[in-house]
Amino acid sequence: MESTAGDLHIANVTKRFGIFTAVDDLTLTIPQGAFFALLGASGCGKTTTLRMVAGLEEPTAGQVRLGDRDITRLRPYQRPVNTVFQSYALFPHLDVFENVAFGLRRRKVRQVASQVERMLALVQLEGFTKRRPAELSGGQQQRVALARALINHPQVLLLDEPLGALDLKLRRQMQIELKRIQTEVGITFVHVTHDQEEAMTMADTVAVMNAGRIEQLGRPAEIYEYPATAFVANFLGQSNLLAGEAAGLSGGDVLVSAYEQRFAVPAVRARADQGPVFLGVRPEKLALVADGAAVPAGHQSVAGVVTDSSYVGVSTQYLVRTGWGTELAVFAPNSGTAAPLALGARVTAHWDPRHAFILRREPGEGDRTTPVLDEPDAVGAVS
Amino acid sequence: MNYRIGRWIADRWVMGVGLLVLAYLALPIIVVAGLSFNRPSNRLSYDFNEFTLDNWTNVCGPAGLCDAVLRSVQIGFLATVFATVLGTLMAFALARHKFFARPAVNVIIFLPMATPELVMGTSLLALFVTGSVALGFWTILIAHVMFCISFVVVTVKARLAGMDARLEEAAMDLYATPFQTFRRVTLPLALPGIVAAALLSFSLSFDDFIITNFNSGTTVTFPMYVWGANQRGVPPQVNVIGTAMFAIALLLVLATNVRRRRGARVA
Ligand SMILES: Nc1ncnc2c1ncn2[C@@H]1O[C@H](COP(=O)(O)OP(=O)(O)O)[C@@H](O)[C@H]1O
Ligand SMILES: [Mg+2]
Repeated sequence: MESTAGDLHIANVTKRFGIFTAVDDLTLTIPQGAFFALLGASGCGKTTTLRMVAGLEEPTAGQVRLGDRDITRLRPYQRPVNTVFQSYALFPHLDVFENVAFGLRRRKVRQVASQVERMLALVQLEGFTKRRPAELSGGQQQRVALARALINHPQVLLLDEPLGALDLKLRRQMQIELKRIQTEVGITFVHVTHDQEEAMTMADTVAVMNAGRIEQLGRPAEIYEYPATAFVANFLGQSNLLAGEAAGLSGGDVLVSAYEQRFAVPAVRARADQGPVFLGVRPEKLALVADGAAVPAGHQSVAGVVTDSSYVGVSTQYLVRTGWGTELAVFAPNSGTAAPLALGARVTAHWDPRHAFILRREPGEGDRTTPVLDEPDAVGAVS
Repeated sequence: MNYRIGRWIADRWVMGVGLLVLAYLALPIIVVAGLSFNRPSNRLSYDFNEFTLDNWTNVCGPAGLCDAVLRSVQIGFLATVFATVLGTLMAFALARHKFFARPAVNVIIFLPMATPELVMGTSLLALFVTGSVALGFWTILIAHVMFCISFVVVTVKARLAGMDARLEEAAMDLYATPFQTFRRVTLPLALPGIVAAALLSFSLSFDDFIITNFNSGTTVTFPMYVWGANQRGVPPQVNVIGTAMFAIALLLVLATNVRRRRGARVA
């Protein structure tokens, strides 16, 4: 990756609270101008990571750099970094104007009024200058928090679950708006969220975090199509992961045996070619045909019985119980070409091997087919 | 019909009880204000005799009254300043820093509030006599600062405890140095608590009698003057002082309320 003066480097950063390790040897490079999402379940260390970049928490070990400049030990007010806090933390004793002007006044910048006006226009809050934070709705407070941070033109803007307190509709609207603003100002955004849909729709690059570590980093489509770990496969959307044993390469394929069947997956989509592995297929990559009907050439398949079906509009989501008892999730598009399947129908689920993937598996681990549940309000699988 | 009456009463009885309680609180003040415009028929009577403005135009008439009031105001003012500054600093230390003696200090702070004034008054007297400190203005002041501090610490600490620590982090994130953070965020947010503590200190000091009586020597404060005058008949001017103090307090409370409503900008 080309190194620019404003890239944010987090190098081997560890943070311990007593004996508890909140962030564990984390290394990340966030390119200048990127919209970067840090995605993970609550408690995995996202806020702690942001606080170390902001200077509100000191790393136990490691380095935070902006370009070539080591900022690990700088005080928060010495860093060209601003934060939109999880619950906004607006100053209750100051009106909207003074909240937004706060950073400029501390740095003795001139022409405060015109800059504040411009920033309030950017977040569409003209005419609210005299209001106190308590007199604003959640969405408006969120915009003030954003304006208050952005007006300082930081090199990096940190957003800690900025939309978490908003209801679903407003959240979708603000996602679009945040994206627009980021494109307009061109500042690096590091956006923390536990909502995988939010991370995927907004960010250029997503880092999936788990227990203080980065599990995978990449473009949303890359991560979704070819997850690196079982956690990612079921945290970002949902995957059917079947426990099997890899038996080496054959041609360009990795051979896997699972449940007395043999499967092949292109080697470029395999994280391992020996030992215990998961064979993974996304539910929407599976198709169902009645038992005995022809499976398209080159597809691989498992047989089973439909045990559940739920109609969700754009698709019908089936559960298919295999011979060994695992229930596979299958999302069939409602394109009108196939008749709905009845409960109890014997079916064959098939897929194109180029859509499958192979992940490393701990010995003894069984099939995993359900999403990692975070908070009840987290938006479900992408379908 | 009965149901309607029942509803009417059910909807209004809380209001009625509230008004009665307010009347109970306000009645003594109204009587004092009334007496300040009264010319009593003789020195020892409290009857409403005749309306007059004499008491207001000739406040300092009774010998020693104005001296006593002035002394009480001086002591109250100084005690308030010292107690508020020291108490606020202690409250910050107790709310923000962990140090080994913190639990002990938290308990000791409560002692002056829990101890009977009589006990505090006598023990302070014993202390001053043992230390051969001449009783008078300064010993009164020392005593008042002591018991006011407790109230200041408790009031300000409660305010700080209710304050979101992230506001200070947000200020630092927005380029405020530790001093600017204190000046622009912490202090303004703690200020209502500090002002309340100061007002409380002044009124505690101004009308303290028991502790003052033990440690005053020959110095006479306003409460001591009233106590002394009581034996010969309280001059009606005392009611003028009482009414004036009440009016000032009322104005202060109204002013702070109006200021809050207007949302005067702190900048
Ligand atoms: N100041 C602290 N003291 C002790 N433990 C903390 C502190 N801050 C965070 N933690 C712990 O570190 C872990 C990660 O916290 P956090 O970074 O806030 O998670 P996230 O933002 O991903 O939900 C949590 O288990 C939390 O309890
Ligand atoms: Mg968090």
